[in-house]
Amino acid sequence: MATLEATVRHQNNAAVIDLKGDIDGAGEDALQKAYTEAMMQKPSAVLLNFRDVGYINSKGIALIVMLLAQARKSGTRLLTTGLSPHYVEIFNITRLSDFMKFYPDEQAALEGVM
Amino acid sequence: METTNKPSFWQRIFGGGKTRAATESGVATEPGATTEPGSIANRGDAPKPLPGTLLTLDLPPNDPLVAYFSNQPGVVELDKLNLDSPALRELNAQGVKLVIPLVNQGELLGLMNLGNRLSDQDYSSDDRGLLNNLATQTAPAIRVAQLVRQQQLETQARERLEQELRIARLVQQTLLPQELPALEGWHIAAHYRPARSVGGDFYDFLQYDDGRLGLVIGDVTDKGVPAALVMASTRATLRGVAIDYAAAQNRTESVVDPGQVLARANDLICPDIPPKMFITCFYALLDPKTGCLQYANAGHDVPYVKRGDTFIELRARGMPLGLLPGMPYEVQEIQLEPGDSILFYSDGLVEAHNPQREMFGFPRLSEYVASHAGGAALIQSVLEDLEVFTGPNWEQEDDVTLMTLERATRDERRTTNGDATAGEWKILAEVETPSAEGNEREVMKRVAEAVQEVLPAARIEQLKTAVAEATMNAMEHGNKNNPDIPVHVEVKTSPKLLSVHITDEGGSVPIPDNPAPDLDAKLDGMQSPRGWGLFLIKQFVDEMNIITDEKHHTVELIWHLEDNENA
Repeated sequence: MATLEATVRHQNNAAVIDLKGDIDGAGEDALQKAYTEAMMQKPSAVLLNFRDVGYINSKGIALIVMLLAQARKSGTRLLTTGLSPHYVEIFNITRLSDFMKFYPDEQAALEGVM
Repeated sequence: METTNKPSFWQRIFGGGKTRAATESGVATEPGATTEPGSIANRGDAPKPLPGTLLTLDLPPNDPLVAYFSNQPGVVELDKLNLDSPALRELNAQGVKLVIPLVNQGELLGLMNLGNRLSDQDYSSDDRGLLNNLATQTAPAIRVAQLVRQQQLETQARERLEQELRIARLVQQTLLPQELPALEGWHIAAHYRPARSVGGDFYDFLQYDDGRLGLVIGDVTDKGVPAALVMASTRATLRGVAIDYAAAQNRTESVVDPGQVLARANDLICPDIPPKMFITCFYALLDPKTGCLQYANAGHDVPYVKRGDTFIELRARGMPLGLLPGMPYEVQEIQLEPGDSILFYSDGLVEAHNPQREMFGFPRLSEYVASHAGGAALIQSVLEDLEVFTGPNWEQEDDVTLMTLERATRDERRTTNGDATAGEWKILAEVETPSAEGNEREVMKRVAEAVQEVLPAARIEQLKTAVAEATMNAMEHGNKNNPDIPVHVEVKTSPKLLSVHITDEGGSVPIPDNPAPDLDAKLDGMQSPRGWGLFLIKQFVDEMNIITDEKHHTVELIWHLEDNENA
């Protein structure tokens, strides 16, 4: 069991949330706290970095849906990188990928964010 | 008793129509409950009253005195009353001079009766004031005492009833089959959900030595302990009759005959059954080798056979058991084809009401059977449909029993549970975990390790998600996250299939199946952000089956191995 750690970095006009551990129901506080911190500087995009995430369950998906709903309200784009093929598949079948673009790495993701 | 037909307080309190009133210059408390308070003795010398004795007085509710006292606040001098009332005459005869009605919220609770003053002087206005005060305080106190007593009695009655229901439930659940029979090429599933008041539903399986199987479903009229006892004796009678007949007649066709079983059972039940009770019962005899099903019906709701997208009713004439001896029971027969599935049920299902007081009914059920998958899945989906129909606040009026008998299709097994061909199954792993959030990860890991050689890597990832989600459901919905109740997981494989059974102890309570998750609705706040579990499971397995019994709820996840290149 690896409790979620979420740390925030600000890069130009974007915020990067590095996620480490498992995204499940227990990760709610860490994820929400990081997102709030990320939004303090009003970035135009927030990149979720999943490279060190081993496991996402249905409750974790629910947390991501909640973040996405908040981001849409404030007009902030959510981007993702580092998802394993299995979780890319889950993002596809849940249609999260319609709202969150995948990038192969951080650089590619942040290139488009001014 | 010579009261009117007004059942109110009077009958409740004054059982026999006799009013107890303390006579003689004492406190005349009349309702039985308040005889104790000694007395305020004002001894007049006329008819030698004793201080504070109770006077027994006939005070029927139609006596004009009742109406008079009820509307009369304060002291009443009997001398001044001019009413045609037997009770008044009685009071006068007893030497009562003053009456202070004890009235609470318009209800006459008792009388405080006084004779003459000991000094023979008239009662002073101070006396009257005192008596009035006393009455105003006494009446509510008496009322409160009555209410407390009433509540105690009600609580006792409720506890007795609860105890009775526990016994009834115990009788019934002890006698229902603990295991379902395993027959090669057939799948049997059953579900029993008792009403709070415990109806008399039952089902049973009788295994004959020649391989044939008797299936029984029945329902005793009435509820609670009487129904449970009649259910118990009916079940025993049916077993005795069926097995005896089979043994005595060397198991020839004619005597295991369902019609004769019911007729014989009826004759045995009739002399002993309590009046106004009877039993509806459907008895079917399956030859698993040929698929031939013979059946007879003692007035039970007609089972449906699902065949493709249509249904067939299993009708046969016969009276309920226990009404009249010597009744004949018609025997019918149907040839069950691979893929056919029979739903047996009790009236608790079809007679369930929705909030608009409409009944679930036969048309809804028969259409449902025709248009949905059969077998255990049918039980599950009928229960879900029933939930949709009745709404969340349904007070279940009667037991609901569902039983399915399904003939497997030739080349496909719907569930691997109890399959007699299990010999070809190899158990890969058995895992047990306490129900606590997060424990699904260990299960996921162990199952994934066990199937390393069986599934390709990409499918293992899918299996991990499906197993983790099903385990979470089992821990949360089935075992209510109680760490003392484990989730049991069994992984097994055959040349063609990989099967994972995830079992909790939630009985047959269905997993809440949320509406298909709709991301747009979720983002707009129209749907909870949660509710992805079952959706993900269904995406990642080839088949999902639910197998339930009274105690256990098993989700069976199946992957077809022939789809894998490297299987």
